[in-house]
Amino acid sequence: MGFMENAWLVPLIPAVSFVLILLFGKRMPKQGSELGILAVGSSFVLSVGAAIGWINRVNDAESAEGEHALGMVFRAMGRSVGRFSQEEGHAVLPVEPITRSITWLQSGGIKLSAGIQIDGLAVMMMFVVTLISLLVHIYSTEYMRGDRRYTHFFATLSLFTASMLLLVVSDNTLQLLVGWELVGLCSFILIGHWWEDKPNSDAAVKAFLTTRTGDIGLLCGVIMTFFVVQAGTGEGSFNIVALNDSAANAGELGVSHTLLLWTAVGLLAGIIGKSGQFPLHTWLPDAMAGPTPVSALIHAATMVVAGVYLGARVFPVFYEGFSIADGGVNPMALVGGITVIIGALLAFVQDDIKKVLAYSTVSQLGYMVLALGVGAWVAAIFHLFTHAFFKANLFLGAGSVSHSGSHHSFDMKKDMGGLRKYMPQTFWTFMIGTAALAGIPPLAGFWSKDEILVNAGENDFQVFLIVGMVGALLTAAYMTRCIYYTFFGEYRGGDHAHADGAGDELVEHHLAEVQDEHAHAPVAVATHDAHDDHAHAGPHESNWLITGPLWVLSAFSLGIGLLNAPGIEKFTEWFEPRFAFPDLPHAEFSVAWASAAVVTGLIGIGLSYAYYWRGLGPQRLSERNSLARAGKTFLVNKYYLDYLYENVIVAFIKGPLANAAYWFNQHVIDNVLNYTGRGAMTAGHVVYDYIDQKGVDGVVNGIGISTDEAGSAVREIQTGRLQFYAFMLVLALGVFALALWIAA
Amino acid sequence: MLLNQFLILSAVLFGCGIYGVLTRKHTVLVLMSVELMLAAVNINLVAFGAYNGNVAGQVFALFVLTIAAAEVGVGLAIVLLIYRNLRSADLDDVDVMKG
Amino acid sequence: MVAQNVAFGIIAAAMIASAIGVVTTKNVVHAALFLVVVLAGGAGQFILLGQEFVAWVQVLVYIGAVIVLFLFGIMLTRAPMHPRESLDNDLKWPGLVVSVFLVGILSALMIDAFDDTEIELEAPTRTAEVSSELFRTYIIPFEVVGILLLAALIGAVVLARKD
Repeated sequence: MGFMENAWLVPLIPAVSFVLILLFGKRMPKQGSELGILAVGSSFVLSVGAAIGWINRVNDAESAEGEHALGMVFRAMGRSVGRFSQEEGHAVLPVEPITRSITWLQSGGIKLSAGIQIDGLAVMMMFVVTLISLLVHIYSTEYMRGDRRYTHFFATLSLFTASMLLLVVSDNTLQLLVGWELVGLCSFILIGHWWEDKPNSDAAVKAFLTTRTGDIGLLCGVIMTFFVVQAGTGEGSFNIVALNDSAANAGELGVSHTLLLWTAVGLLAGIIGKSGQFPLHTWLPDAMAGPTPVSALIHAATMVVAGVYLGARVFPVFYEGFSIADGGVNPMALVGGITVIIGALLAFVQDDIKKVLAYSTVSQLGYMVLALGVGAWVAAIFHLFTHAFFKANLFLGAGSVSHSGSHHSFDMKKDMGGLRKYMPQTFWTFMIGTAALAGIPPLAGFWSKDEILVNAGENDFQVFLIVGMVGALLTAAYMTRCIYYTFFGEYRGGDHAHADGAGDELVEHHLAEVQDEHAHAPVAVATHDAHDDHAHAGPHESNWLITGPLWVLSAFSLGIGLLNAPGIEKFTEWFEPRFAFPDLPHAEFSVAWASAAVVTGLIGIGLSYAYYWRGLGPQRLSERNSLARAGKTFLVNKYYLDYLYENVIVAFIKGPLANAAYWFNQHVIDNVLNYTGRGAMTAGHVVYDYIDQKGVDGVVNGIGISTDEAGSAVREIQTGRLQFYAFMLVLALGVFALALWIAA
Repeated sequence: MLLNQFLILSAVLFGCGIYGVLTRKHTVLVLMSVELMLAAVNINLVAFGAYNGNVAGQVFALFVLTIAAAEVGVGLAIVLLIYRNLRSADLDDVDVMKG
Repeated sequence: MVAQNVAFGIIAAAMIASAIGVVTTKNVVHAALFLVVVLAGGAGQFILLGQEFVAWVQVLVYIGAVIVLFLFGIMLTRAPMHPRESLDNDLKWPGLVVSVFLVGILSALMIDAFDDTEIELEAPTRTAEVSSELFRTYIIPFEVVGILLLAALIGAVVLARKD
C-alpha cells in the first residue's frame, strides 16, 4: 500500500522535472521532452499503484465481517459517518481516506499543514491527470516539433501537471488554493505560448483575469472553510476531512447554516471562474489561442476540471449550504443548467473547430456542475472521468487535422472538408469521441450523461432534467455539424490556404515559427524540412506519435463507461467517499430515461444530418429571415457578454464612473468648498475689520512669515555637503552624550 | 597599567578621526580618517579584552579589521567612480543632494 | 610595570602626533605614511596588552594591504602631492570644536566609569586560544564576515570597472 502513503511523490516528480527541463532541457538530445515524458510516466505508474491500492482497500472494507474498528470509533462518537444504503439494508462501512501531513507554518496556535489526502476521488483524478498528461506529452513531441520554445513548452507542461496533482492530492483547502493558482499561472503561460501575436497574449491575459475574478470569491470561501471547521470541531483548520465532517454533520455539531451558505457561495464563485461557468465562461474559447495539446490538457484533465473537482472535494459544504437535499432550484444547479444550454447554442455558430469543442467543454462542465447541484455526486465525477477521455480525444483529433490536414488552420468552413479520405485514423477516432460526447450507447458519454439525467429526475430537479435533455439534443446536433464540415464534403483547403490564411488569426503560427527557426537553429533544419515537405504535400494522415494517443483515448472513450453500467457499478463502489460525507441517494438505471436520452441524441444527429448532408429544412435562414439573423448575430457575438465586460463594465469604470467621480469632485466638492469659503469670507469680512486687522493678523502674519523664514533658514542647512551632515551628526552625538552624562 | 590610559588614547585617536572626516576635502583622506576611527575602536576592544581576561576582544578586533579592509576596498572603488564621473575627488563637488 | 608604562607613553605620544599629522598634513602621501605610524603604534599597544595575534594581523592587513590600497587610490585619483591651496574645507574650526568637545565628553565618561581600574595582565594570549575560540564560538560570524569580504570584493570590482 506504499503507493498511497507516498502519493506526495506524484506531484513532486513533475515539479522536479520542471526545474530540470528548465536547467538542462536545451542540452538534452530531445530538448527536454524525454524528461517530461519520463516524469509524467513515473507519476502515472505511481497513480495506477495508488488507484489499485485504494480499490483493494475498499474491497477489504467490503469483505470485512462484523464491526470495523473505524466504524466503532465513530459510532462511539455518536456520529453517523458511514453511508447506509437503504436498498440492501446493511451499513456500508466507512473507508477512511489515507492522510499524511506535515506542519508547514505555525503561528499563534494556528497550524497550517501541507499534506496528502488519498481517497477514491483523489486516485481517480490522479489517474486521469497523469494519463492524459502523458498522452499529451507524447503527442506534443510531434505536434510541437521545431517550435522555438519547445523546451520551455515541455517545462511548463510538467509544472502544469505538477500543479494539478498538487491540487488533487491536497488535504487542506489552503494547499488546494496554492495548486489552483499555480494551475492558473501555467495555463496563462501556455495559452500565451505564442505571445508574439497580440491575440494570443490577449487571450492569456483574459483567461488569467477572468478566472481571477472568480478567485476572489474562492479566497473568501477558503478563509471561511477555516471557520466552518472551527464551528464544527472547536479548533480552526483548513483540513478537508474536518471540513467535510463539520459540514456533513452541521446539524449535530451546530455549524451555522448561514456560514455554510456563504462559504458555498464563495467557493462556487471560484468554480464559476475556473470551470468556465456562466457568466465567466468567456475566457475558455479564447484559451484556444494556445497550442492544441495544451487545449486538450486544459479542457480534459487540468485547469477547468479543477473547479468541478473542488465542488466534489468539499461537496458536503455545498450539499448543506445550498440545501441540495430539499430539491427545487439552487445556485449551483442553476449556474450549471444555464451553462449547459448557452454553451451548446454557441457551439453552433463557430467556424473554428477548436472553438466548437471549447463551447462543448463549457456545456459539458455545465453538466458536471449541474450534477453536483442536484446532488448526483457520483454522476458528476463519472462524467468528469469519461469527459476527460473523449474531450482529450476530440481536441487531439482537431490538432491532428490542423497539423496534417489543413495547413495549421482550424477553420472548418474554409480549410477542411473531405478529410475522411485522407486521414482515416483521425477520422475514426474523432467519430468515436463524437459518439461518446453525443451519448450514443454503449460509449462512455452515454452512461455518465444518463446518470446525471436520471439522478436529476429522482432528486426532484425536474427542471434540470429537461435542461439536460435539451443539452443532449444540442450536443449531438453541433457535433454532427462539426463532423460534416471537417470530414465530409469536398476538401476546401487546397493551395489557397497559404495565400489566404497568412494573415488569418485562426491560423496557428506554426509555419512561421518553423521558418523562423531555419535561421537560428541549423541543427534542426533537417527535421523541419521533412516536416515542411509533408505539410505542403496536401492532407495526409499524421504519424504514430499523434495517432497513438488518439487510439488510446478512443479505447477509453469506447469502454470506460461500462465501469458504472447497471449491474457493474464499480465506479460508485470504488470512488464515492464513505467518510464524512452526506448520505446521497442513488437513482436506479432506468431503461425509459436512457432510451429517451438516446432518442433525443439521435434526433439531434438526425436533424443535423438532414440539414447539412441532405440540405433539407430552411437553408440559409439567417440570410433571409431577420429574426433568425438577429438570433445568429446574437450568438456569433457570444450573447454580447464580452461586449458587456469590455465595453460596458470596463468602459463604465473607465469612462462615466471616472468622469462622474471627476464631476463630483469638480462640482460638488469644490462647490461645497467654495460656498463654505464664501460664507466664511462674508463672516470673515465682518470680523476682519475689527479683530483681525488689528490683533490676530499680526500674529497670523507673524507665524506665516516666521515659518517662511524658518523654511528658508532650514533650506540653507540642506547644503548637499556630506561633511556638513556628518558635522551635524557628530555635534548631536556629543550633545546627547553630554546630556546622558549629566543625567546619570 | 590603567585601563583608562588605553581608553583615553583611543578617544583621542577617535577625535582626530572625526576631525579628519569633517574637515578633509579629498575623499581618500576622509577614508583614511575613517580608518583612524576604526583603529581607535580596535584599541578599545583589545583593551577591554585584556581587562576581562578573555579572547573575545581580540576576536572582535579581528572582525573589525576584516570589515575595515572590506570598507576600504568598496570605499576606494566608490572614490574612483566619483573621480571618473566628476573629474575630481573633492567631496565639496559631490553636492547633488543640495536642497 | 614602569617599563610598560614608559613604553605606552612613548608609543601613545607617537600615535597621537601621527594621527594629528594624518588629519592636518598637506601632502596626501604623507598622510598615508602617518597612518602607517598610527597603525603600527596600535600594534605595539596590542603587544603591550599581551594580545599578539591581533597585533600581527594589524601589521599584515592594515599596513600591508590597506595602506597599499590607499596609495593606489591616491595615484588613481591624481591627488595633489604639493597643493597650493589647503586640503581642508571651511568646516575647520567648527570641526575642531566638535571633535575636541567629543574627546572631552568621552574622556570624562571614561574617567567617571573606570577611574583607576588596573589591567591585570596574565601571560600573553596564545594564538591557539584565539583560533579555538574563533572557530568554535564565533564560527558563524566568521563565515558571515567571509561572505561579506567576498561581497565587498565583487562590489569593488563592479563599481570600479570601466564599462
